[in-house]
Amino acid sequence: MSFQELTAIELREAIASRRISSVEAVEAVLAQIDRLEPTVGAFISLFREEALTRARDVDRRIAAGAPVGPLAGLPVAVKDVMCTSFGATTCGSRILENFHAPYDATAVRKLLEADAVIVGKTNMDEFAMGSSTENSGLKKTVNPWATDRVPGGSSGGSAAAVAGRLCPVTLGSDTGGSIRQPASFCGVVGLKPTYGRVSRYGLVAYGSSLDQIGPFGRTVADVALMLNVIAGHDAADSTSVDETMAPVPDCLAELDKPVEGLKLGVVPAFNAGAEPAVQAAIDAAIEVYRGAGAEIVEIAMPHLDYAIAAYYVIATAEASSNLARYDGVHYGHRTANPADYVEVYSKSREEAFGAEVKRRIMLGTYALSSGYYDAYYLKALKVRNLIRGDFVKAFEQCDAIVSPVAPTTAFKFGEKMNDPLQMYLSDIYTISANLAGIPGVSVPCGLDENNLPIGLQLLTPAFSEAKLLRVARLFEAATDWHTKKPALVE
Amino acid sequence: MSGLSYKVIVGLEIHVQLCTKTKMFCGCELSFGEEANSRVCPVCLGMPGSLPVMNGQAVEYAMRAALALNCEVAPFTKWDRKSYYYPDLPKNYQISQYDLPLGNGGYIEIPQADGQTKRIRLIRAHLEEDAGKNLHTAGNYSQVDLNRAGTPLLEIVTEPDMSSADEVRALAVELQRIMRYLGVSEGDMQKGHMRFEPNINLVITRPDGEFKTPIAEIKNLNSFRALERSVAYEIERQLDEFIETGVTLQMGNKSTRGWNDDEQVTVLQREKEEAHDYRYFPDPDLVPVTTTPEWLEQIKAQVCELPLHKQLRYVNEYGLSDYDAGVLTAERATADFFEATVASGGDPKRVCNLLSQVGLKLANERGCDLSGLGIEPAPVAELAQMTDTGTVSATAASTILEAMVETGKGPEALAEELNLVQKSDAGELEGMVDAVLAENPQVVEQIKSGDKKSKKAMGFLLGQVMQRTKGQANPKVVSEILGRKFN
Repeated sequence: MSFQELTAIELREAIASRRISSVEAVEAVLAQIDRLEPTVGAFISLFREEALTRARDVDRRIAAGAPVGPLAGLPVAVKDVMCTSFGATTCGSRILENFHAPYDATAVRKLLEADAVIVGKTNMDEFAMGSSTENSGLKKTVNPWATDRVPGGSSGGSAAAVAGRLCPVTLGSDTGGSIRQPASFCGVVGLKPTYGRVSRYGLVAYGSSLDQIGPFGRTVADVALMLNVIAGHDAADSTSVDETMAPVPDCLAELDKPVEGLKLGVVPAFNAGAEPAVQAAIDAAIEVYRGAGAEIVEIAMPHLDYAIAAYYVIATAEASSNLARYDGVHYGHRTANPADYVEVYSKSREEAFGAEVKRRIMLGTYALSSGYYDAYYLKALKVRNLIRGDFVKAFEQCDAIVSPVAPTTAFKFGEKMNDPLQMYLSDIYTISANLAGIPGVSVPCGLDENNLPIGLQLLTPAFSEAKLLRVARLFEAATDWHTKKPALVE
Repeated sequence: MSGLSYKVIVGLEIHVQLCTKTKMFCGCELSFGEEANSRVCPVCLGMPGSLPVMNGQAVEYAMRAALALNCEVAPFTKWDRKSYYYPDLPKNYQISQYDLPLGNGGYIEIPQADGQTKRIRLIRAHLEEDAGKNLHTAGNYSQVDLNRAGTPLLEIVTEPDMSSADEVRALAVELQRIMRYLGVSEGDMQKGHMRFEPNINLVITRPDGEFKTPIAEIKNLNSFRALERSVAYEIERQLDEFIETGVTLQMGNKSTRGWNDDEQVTVLQREKEEAHDYRYFPDPDLVPVTTTPEWLEQIKAQVCELPLHKQLRYVNEYGLSDYDAGVLTAERATADFFEATVASGGDPKRVCNLLSQVGLKLANERGCDLSGLGIEPAPVAELAQMTDTGTVSATAASTILEAMVETGKGPEALAEELNLVQKSDAGELEGMVDAVLAENPQVVEQIKSGDKKSKKAMGFLLGQVMQRTKGQANPKVVSEILGRKFN
């Protein structure tokens, strides 16, 4: 039996029932990494010895009949934007290349408390800014489906790791589509939970009001398993939601239960503009739902046209402030021979930040500047409220909104690097969920003429992840797209 | 220069350090004098991924202060990031409050020489986090100590309502007293708990018109003396400068000056006002604060009578001197003890004397306040009453109060034990008076003859009686008996 083909759910059950050991599972993952990582380049750091030590410990406890967590012995990986008290936390940036955090992010701590085995940290666009992982200052990650193509981004490493069977489940972060879009490009399931559902403590901030941690897996059940573990209120994050207001659901419990009287919303204007193959796959997916008894309703989202503009003002404004701390004074890269303290700042930042990060810092700084604040930042906040309102109205008419995740399938390296606006447009379908704070998931729904995966996006109201995943599972159960795998892993 | 008059205009910005247990947005304890960077955590170090969590106690202290300063407390307030780069600011932004400060408007009453008060209006009061400290030790580098980073500060901004260095000082002193009364700040100047930045200029009137001198802001003053002297110096300097150069207030010619304590002069730091763009925007890591009416009521109940009001009331209600009232109201513990003792039936003046002359001296020696002396207000009131009724003399009362502090015993028991009960029995004392008169016939004659030394002679006789009773005779009763003998 090939362990790589087991889902996380199957694997943890096999480990818990001692059919295989955690050590065997981790060794299998490491063997796959040995075989494919030189090609895929998903990881910034690997913790081989530590992972095996931890796996042995979990095996011992299982053998002793001691209580273990819900992810006991399961190999996992996290995007290198989450702080870990072990190894480096680079955010894909040369400015933090040698930064070692003194603490674990809450989501990381929860994985460890659930007895997961963290095997490595994955590559990403620098500070999660990008849609192709090409902005990583440290390494190149390729799409396991086509090595001349990008894995998507910014959580490209986490998506590629799952698609390449380098790890059964991983965590990423999603500010404007950074989980869903690479999930779509790599043919895996990616979930962005509701803003406030998962603690951001220890998640290195890009756009604080948009950032959210979420899981990747090959099945809907696998991401449900992961969400169950990482969700919940955290006193260390003021924006994480009080569980008395929004209790954390058990997303696995009723996953296979169909949603009664499911109404799916389609935004006609939303779906236009996608490549024909993508469009066809989404249309086919809608037919699958219709065939399963869902009612399809057309809904209007009048302010969606302004989502990208609003997003790039808000996200960059927050980023310009969030990234101010990387100044060479306290940690991270410091320029070699500064003439004065101002040069410590200017040269350290100039030397170690990549072009896209600099571009966004400048955009955000401009948007917050005196005299421009009202015209840009304040206006963007107003647009954001209107978009929130659009979703509230839309969800009065339907349970979930269905759309493509991205207008295209995975593009080639370099194709959009010189045209930032084109790159920004790859987030067109995903961004509005971040602005509205609602959950969204990407599930595989087809392959294009180049055998590249296509993702279906489903959006539901805030804090309805259990329902969202049930709607996603309904599609997954009716199709076999999630069983397709890249030639690389055959 | 003849025909020239001027008016001084001063506004103040004050940073008050709140005495919360922990910092504004993390769980680190407040620090003073600890080893550098020993009271820090990922949050106040501004480490990647760390997030601030608001300290509710700091907000409540700020609300208490705002209410006491007559501010309007905002029903909805929020946190904003103020961006600037400086090595002592780990995130390179400070979490502060911009367009929705916790407190709006308000005023502080300050005492004036004529016994009246003057109202200094406030513009706003808001909460923010302090920065760390840059240490310029040796070599061509500096070090940063972040123990102070994240300490909660209340920034109070006044209208330019002060018109002399005296008034500026009075405001500073009054604010310190208020903050201490409210229990929201220790107000320890040595520890930098209060830092002042006055903005000063003059309106000069000459026969040829009215002229305003450029505004100077003096940075970071942390003693009343430096505050008062720097303002006084700046007034003279601006006057001289105007006479010499005629320079007047223009857009952008506000300057920043520092106070050189050795030379007792202000020194120019920045000639032109820099066009700072702090790029304020709401901090997305924190949630806005709604001050509900119920919460406000709860905080209002924690606001006590303000010291200046108390001081004036002591003068008017109890007939104390302004000086005594000032001594009793300098610290809240003193005023509270005083009022409790008066409420227990002690005569205010008598209690004032006991507390200000004995109680505060003992407290000072022990490094505590009156409440730390281990005595209760009721026995002190009893002691005051014993003095009123002549059971003990005023001098004896002081001795008894000291003994009360030493032993914890009650005043009556101590009066007996120390033989300090006065003999007031007229019959017994009359016999002694008669004996003294019999022993001193010349003196008696002197008095009877109406000699101009008779007053002194009466004193001598009183002294003889006191001697016979080893000082325990009530001098008032003895005087009465003596008086009767010569009528």
